Amino acid sequence: MRLDLAHIQRWITPGSRVLDLGCGDGEFLQMLESQRQVNGLGLEIDAENITAAISRGLNILEQDMDKSLANFPDQSFDTVIMAHALQVLHHPDRVLEEMLRIGRECVVTFPNFGHWRCRWHLGTRGKMPQSKFMPYSWYDTPNIHFCTVKDFESLCGEKGIRILARETVGNSKRKPLLASRWPNLFATTAIYHISR
Amino acid sequence: MSASNNNDSVGLVTPQTAVFDEPLELACGRHLANYELVYETYGKLNQERSNAVLICHALSGHHHAAGYHHADDKKAGWWNECIGPGKPIDTNRFFVVSLNNLGGCHGSTGPSSSNPETGKSWGPDFPSLRARDWVNSQARLADLLEIGCWAAVIGGSLGGMQAMRWALMYPERIKHCVVIASAIKLSAQNIAFNEIARQAIVSDPNFNNGNYLDHNTIPDKGLALARMVGHITYLSDHAMASKFGRDLRSGTLETGTDDDIEFQVESYLRHQGSQFSGSFDANTYILMTRALDYFDLAREYNHDPVQAFEQAKCSFLVVSFSTDWRFSPQRSREIVDALIAANRPVSYAEIEASEGHDAFLLPIPRYLEVFAAYMKRVGGSL
Repeated sequence: MRLDLAHIQRWITPGSRVLDLGCGDGEFLQMLESQRQVNGLGLEIDAENITAAISRGLNILEQDMDKSLANFPDQSFDTVIMAHALQVLHHPDRVLEEMLRIGRECVVTFPNFGHWRCRWHLGTRGKMPQSKFMPYSWYDTPNIHFCTVKDFESLCGEKGIRILARETVGNSKRKPLLASRWPNLFATTAIYHISR
Repeated sequence: MSASNNNDSVGLVTPQTAVFDEPLELACGRHLANYELVYETYGKLNQERSNAVLICHALSGHHHAAGYHHADDKKAGWWNECIGPGKPIDTNRFFVVSLNNLGGCHGSTGPSSSNPETGKSWGPDFPSLRARDWVNSQARLADLLEIGCWAAVIGGSLGGMQAMRWALMYPERIKHCVVIASAIKLSAQNIAFNEIARQAIVSDPNFNNGNYLDHNTIPDKGLALARMVGHITYLSDHAMASKFGRDLRSGTLETGTDDDIEFQVESYLRHQGSQFSGSFDANTYILMTRALDYFDLAREYNHDPVQAFEQAKCSFLVVSFSTDWRFSPQRSREIVDALIAANRPVSYAEIEASEGHDAFLLPIPRYLEVFAAYMKRVGGSL
């Protein structure tokens, strides 16, 4: 399992109602259903992913979270998850607000653009970073709103969002300390458990 | 493709007739002392009797949903694309029941049947029906077939309305509800189109206040016109443009000529209209369009679809088509939103398709994939 998903799973109360925004083919949601017995609902816009998720027996809605989430009632889910989608949204701040309106708690994960490799790439080559993790060229990428750990935490501060917990995934599995001690420099993925 | 050389077809099927002698109380306050329902089945009922699927038909549908009646039939049943071995409603897995609704004109008791009290055809005196009456009569058919609980009740358009009504009226007897290109209730625009269709029928001099059979006539012109109006609303602007454009069937628009001119689309619509009027009963058309107009899923639940769906215990699949303007994706999203608010399991797909409302009858690859994926899940939980 991807490390970020392992962290998220620990924050999910068994039997709770979970909304997974950008659930892909539903692999993670299915795991939450089998291991945490959640009442899950996924949102997705990719046709193949939707069919795959329905085949898994999941409840999936074809809906673009970037356009609107207004159809979800206030506090209608225990947890709203958005894994690795923040950076592709046109309005990440508005979607965050909506998540916190719909869910009592939320989980957000994103790639940390403040990672030293990004800085090194930009600093030494003077070009937008490209790597296995961020394989796209700057002009043709779904990732239109990269941010750093610090950026995200300042946004939370501005919006009065409580950070319940933060986990990080670094480059080296043997040295997780680096990423947790200096996340803005060493975390490749940041994982936040937040609420109002 | 005919019946003999088609191995993804259910093949030859023979309609059956179920006779009911126990009176059926109707929503209008009247009752039918006895009635018949014509139906077909495809596939085999399993030993646990748990793999039965009910097909609810739309406005002009009937029991013949799949396969062929005769070896030399050119046309298969109306939903042959979706029902058969290996198809979304896989007859290797499911026992499919498809009936002609009460009030219909394909063999089930309806306005053109004989009224036992008078010995003459019912005509306009046939009781008006609501979707719930159909659901009740379908439940009687389930009793007769000893089907305690449907694995799924499935319908498009007006059929989807019946499927939703099933979920509220008999929550213990339905595990999955598949609602395709449907709505919680019709819009004013939708009712308006239906009223034009009805006016076309009743204005036909042959209509005779609905007693046309007693006069040995049929209001075929009015019925054809009704169908033409309806048909336009089932297609999208794009579908008509790409099918016909402004092509002429006869004549020329060159200056200096004064030929009779006929556009392809005119000829097509007339053909559709006349074909339909030769095979459908006018009183049934009026009855069915009224049932559509009167349908309002949430009426007795304080007009709150969320409260309505709280009665349901099944899972839902809702599907809409991008260019369907008669039952637009917005109408389907209203169903989905109410189900979410009622915390009921629901999946929703909005299929990109240029064919308008008719898309639900057509083999659009993504539609069939989503439908098949969901039905696989239905089959997995038998």
